[in-house]
Amino acid sequence: MTETPSPSTLLYEDRIPGGAHWSLLLRQGTSLRLIDLEGGANVGMLFYNPLEKLERYNAPDTLKCQHTFKLTRGHCLYSDMGRIFCSIVADSVGWHDTVGGNLSTAALQRKWGVKTYQDFRNDWIISGEQAFLVELAKYGLNRRDMAANLNLFSKVAPDDDGNLHFVPDHSKAGDSVELRFEMDTLVLFHTCPHPLNPAAEYPKKPIAYQLHTAAPVAADDYCMNFRPENQRGFQNNHIYHLQGKHPHGCC
Amino acid sequence: MIKESPLQAAAARYRATVPAGDYWMQVVKAGQTLRILDREGNQAADTLFYNAADPSERYSAVDTIREQGNVYLTAGTPLLSNLGNVMLEITADTCGRHDTLGGACATESNTVRYALEKKCMHACRDSWMLAVASHPEFGMSKRDITHNINFFMNVPVTPDGGLSFADGISDAGKYVEMRAHMDVIVLISNCPQLNNPCNAYNPTPIDVLIWN
Repeated sequence: MTETPSPSTLLYEDRIPGGAHWSLLLRQGTSLRLIDLEGGANVGMLFYNPLEKLERYNAPDTLKCQHTFKLTRGHCLYSDMGRIFCSIVADSVGWHDTVGGNLSTAALQRKWGVKTYQDFRNDWIISGEQAFLVELAKYGLNRRDMAANLNLFSKVAPDDDGNLHFVPDHSKAGDSVELRFEMDTLVLFHTCPHPLNPAAEYPKKPIAYQLHTAAPVAADDYCMNFRPENQRGFQNNHIYHLQGKHPHGCC
Repeated sequence: MIKESPLQAAAARYRATVPAGDYWMQVVKAGQTLRILDREGNQAADTLFYNAADPSERYSAVDTIREQGNVYLTAGTPLLSNLGNVMLEITADTCGRHDTLGGACATESNTVRYALEKKCMHACRDSWMLAVASHPEFGMSKRDITHNINFFMNVPVTPDGGLSFADGISDAGKYVEMRAHMDVIVLISNCPQLNNPCNAYNPTPIDVLIWN
């Protein structure tokens, strides 16, 4: 499903070049729409609770709660505390990866060599590992806090024997995915390549992102009703919010 | 892949039984071999590894899966750290494959998976919390609890992107063995799972053996 949010809900939009990184605090009731501008993008992503950063995205809980290996519309992205950071409310791609992990600096140099800032200025290349370490450090976090990440727009398919195959050019120009935030969430992301991308040259794929005011979650919400587990996940968020919103938001 | 070990239990320098619901946390030295024995069958040993010299280097499920190009662990699999180093290598396995996708049970995730009322039932992450809190000498905390291995668990994936928790393929007396390539802190929660029929609602003890 690829329905486009109404322009009247748009709060902000921006672009991120390929091979770069950024972070955002997304409030409950806000959605983040990510758009692959040229096709073949990858967005590495991590989530934290800004009030208690030991609460973070948990890939195994996300997969096993929903009996899935891939992520697409209907799936909720869980923390290690049984709560839902966000729900995938729209997706034109159909398969996003959370098993392939992140591009290490060693792998970057093995695959695509070294292009330093001194020599290449803004055409330098960095690893997903470096990207996350920078964004983590902005919030007092470090390598110890780095969990298994999402790779939006990327597909790593298993066969019957569990062998993995990266699908090149999985996402097309204009493809998008929209995350609706169900609690306040610190979002760290980068546009470095998927670690299994076999491209000969380091792929620098830009993305656009939009922040929207999300419609309230209705009783027949697709994500909440996608699985009975998700109904209970939403109930856990409800209990969490009964404990009161922090008067000054995060931090 | 089924591969039996030439090591004799009688020659092990260490052997301990870990009841279901307990943890086991010890250093295994480089060159030593660790065996985990499923005494009664269909038990899950939820396991994490850390570099004993710097626990910020730890077992990484996603790096291990990606670099071997397969989601299952078995004999021959190098267990990689988040820095891409080989921490241990599986040298023998009479079970055939082990899961590293499904993660560990937690009281919080049990509320989502089974029912909100299950929240006070003992879970693996509680065992790990008690372990890291009871062993301050390792300098670890919840920050260090990450995506683990489930030895003896069967979690098949399907080509269309499904994932299920299937009947165990382990049995009484099956084991997995691995040789350490660095000094590692081994943290096992012997799973107390009473919600999932994978163990017939009967969590059982494991044995841990070490050879020099």
